[in-house]
Amino acid sequence: MLDLAIDITLVMLTLAALLAFVRVVRGPTLPDRVVAIDLIGVLIVGVLVVEAAATGNQAFLDVAIVIALISFVGTIAYARYVERERS
Amino acid sequence: MTAFLSGALFVAGALLALLAAVGVLRMPDVFTRMQASTKASTLGLGCLLAGLAVQRPEVSVLIRAASIGAFMMLTTAVAAHVIARAAALTGAPLWKGTLVDERPASGTEMP
Repeated sequence: MLDLAIDITLVMLTLAALLAFVRVVRGPTLPDRVVAIDLIGVLIVGVLVVEAAATGNQAFLDVAIVIALISFVGTIAYARYVERERS
Repeated sequence: MTAFLSGALFVAGALLALLAAVGVLRMPDVFTRMQASTKASTLGLGCLLAGLAVQRPEVSVLIRAASIGAFMMLTTAVAAHVIARAAALTGAPLWKGTLVDERPASGTEMP
């Protein structure tokens, strides 16, 4: 029962990442791509959380925390880059 | 019972995340895409974390799940604001049906 739910969850999260990747490829502007990459980061964190529940290995949760931090820093760095390029 | 509840929370979270991705793909401009992405993904990840907490109620798991949740709630809002500001500054095109554009004319400084 729970294994089936976890399989369905992982398939749906992968499908969502695929849809977000289509948006990364199609653009059309840079902020569109950054929004989609941000969503892919959230989806990776979700996959890690589900994987931690499936295997019981808590190292996945530490990896999820680190990926959440890095994706936030990447977004902020993009915004600084845009604002500096303007001036 | 616990397995049923956490499985339902997992599927609900994945459904919300899938809706966020469909919104990012189908919405007409960058601001509406961002709206779909941040709201649905925050709630979706919250559901996934709740499912994890229901399935494995150990202190170390609960602390990590709560910290991931708190961090995500805090940073998705800030990141969405920062991306929206950058998009507005670079003059990202709006959907053709937009009624009000309160951005200053190009060339003037934004406060």
